Amino acid sequence: MDIAIDTSKSRYHIDKNGYYGRFGGAYVPEMLFPNVDELQHKYMEVLSDPAFQQEFEALLRDYVGRPSPLYFAKRLSEKYQAKIFLKREDLNHTGAHKVNNTIGQILLAKRLGKKRIIAETGAGQHGVATATVCALMGMECVVYMGSIDIERQAPNVSRMKMLGATVVAATSGSQTLKDATNEAIRDWINNPVDTHYILGTAAGPHPYPDMVARLQSVISEEIRKQLLEKTGSELPDYVVACIGGGSNAAGAFFHYLDEEEVKLVAVEAGGKGVHSGHSAATTQLGKIGIIHASKTLLMQTEDGQITEPYSISAGLDYPGIGPMHAHLYETGRAMFLDATDDEALAAAYELCKLEGIIPAMESAHALAKLKDLPFNPDDVVVVCLSGRGDKDLNTYIRHMNK
Amino acid sequence: MQNRIDQLFAAKQHGVLNIYCTAGYPELNDTLPVMTALQQHGADLIELGMPFSDPLADGPVIQDSGTRALKNGMSVHTLFEQLAGFRERIYVPVILMGYLNPVLLYGVEAFVKKCAEAGVDGVILPDLPMAEYAAEYKTIFEQNNVHLIFLVTPETSDERIRQLDSLSRGFLYAVSSSSTTGKDKDMSHQQAYFERLQQLKLQNPVLIGFGIKDKTTFDTACRYTNGAIIGTAFIKALGEGKDIDSTVRTFIGAIKN
Repeated sequence: MDIAIDTSKSRYHIDKNGYYGRFGGAYVPEMLFPNVDELQHKYMEVLSDPAFQQEFEALLRDYVGRPSPLYFAKRLSEKYQAKIFLKREDLNHTGAHKVNNTIGQILLAKRLGKKRIIAETGAGQHGVATATVCALMGMECVVYMGSIDIERQAPNVSRMKMLGATVVAATSGSQTLKDATNEAIRDWINNPVDTHYILGTAAGPHPYPDMVARLQSVISEEIRKQLLEKTGSELPDYVVACIGGGSNAAGAFFHYLDEEEVKLVAVEAGGKGVHSGHSAATTQLGKIGIIHASKTLLMQTEDGQITEPYSISAGLDYPGIGPMHAHLYETGRAMFLDATDDEALAAAYELCKLEGIIPAMESAHALAKLKDLPFNPDDVVVVCLSGRGDKDLNTYIRHMNK
Repeated sequence: MQNRIDQLFAAKQHGVLNIYCTAGYPELNDTLPVMTALQQHGADLIELGMPFSDPLADGPVIQDSGTRALKNGMSVHTLFEQLAGFRERIYVPVILMGYLNPVLLYGVEAFVKKCAEAGVDGVILPDLPMAEYAAEYKTIFEQNNVHLIFLVTPETSDERIRQLDSLSRGFLYAVSSSSTTGKDKDMSHQQAYFERLQQLKLQNPVLIGFGIKDKTTFDTACRYTNGAIIGTAFIKALGEGKDIDSTVRTFIGAIKN
């Protein structure tokens, strides 16, 4: 497996200081320095260890159900006049790509001798994936979740509790994902020795963006093999993924970053429209700054206060973007588009009717841009279907008859 | 002119009392009245917090004071407006404590120049990495005679403490335990750490912060170092108290007597 591949020659991966171009780094208070320093020094050693890779691979295969299928979506392809494949991360155990990362990080935490796991969650998908692997490994699990999200994502809160996790309400600030992340970081400051923080997205201080991208890179590693089998080439013309913090996009893009002929498309949450004041389209609305200890693009006021984004999808409702993606945006390596709530909803209903698949609200944002991309009929397009839509049924039902 | 922080430590090596307050708290225009009362009732140094939406190193009390200050309309610009001319009344050293993002957006050089112009003596930015400071900002701070103060913790290695000490100016901020502000951790376990700091014979004076809340904890800290910093306990008192002057008088009185 290629999770420990040497990327030192690539201009799209981190440099030796943990930066993607001018983005990245580790802007942590001194209280967190030892934790982050330990991870920086050990993560590549652990990821390169054949014993680690074997264990990771076995769990992904037997527990998660990988490789996830690469499905040729015939009716969707007819509609958009291209050869569209769906990377079915929605079929993973726990229903999304998030579990790839949590499996990897819990194995890492064990190797570092940690006894206790903390995590942040927005919609609850990463929280559920973390609670799941903690149950699997018999480790204590504390998940921070904004009190507003606890209310609107009740089923996932119950799932986490059933799996044995303690769910702690983040009551500070805007009481959503950003604040849950703050609380998780504060917990880590207060428990520096025995605790590992399983961050759920390709953001946060170095080495998290690279570590999470590598653990998610199984997605593009599989796509390459599966495409070769199905089309005779490992390289598609397009890879399309939704992006909040950017972990599924990082995984889907990872092994294509240096293949410049592959067009990478990242779709942000436009909310009610990029300039409506209710949006999470960070590359459009953000400026460079520091969020969650990473230098990247983020939405902020004139005074440098981090603002609250908006999206119908709780998983994309993040005011920043992982530093890798900020760099892909700035260098033009990836194309950044945005889909509004309405476009995403329409795309979700369409996928249900054309292919019999209910996508997660997040993944529907990626699907929503198929209509806007200038495909040729022979173009091979891979859309990362990052999660399934069960958790979004209430939202879907509410909008169905509008 | 010699930096006021250096003047202070040249004149006073023991029992230095640094009190933290949040700018624009409890009310927007309380910044200067609070500072004035702190000086009058015996604070040796004032650490003025610039409120931030996402203060990672702070516990709930200081966070909430920042949230309230932001709601009151506090911003970096407003703070500098409030500080214009404050040196006519305040002679104790003043340090601004905040997070890097608002300072980056303001522009580090513009910010430091503004500090110098207003008469601010030092800055604490807990999320500014040492290497980035050394490479990009050190000259700006030094040219403007504004001190950048670094933090160390019980988990910081001796080697790193020495590096931080060599870059820090004014004093070194020793976080008493691995925690966010306002956590009650037992200080008796920290003796070994305090002794380690003593033995390192650092070039800077050392002030202990985090967990200092009353006379007992203040006196303990002062046994090992040049003094201590009180934040959360004071913000609590300020939030509960009626008028600023008597709250500050009572609070400092209880620590010093």
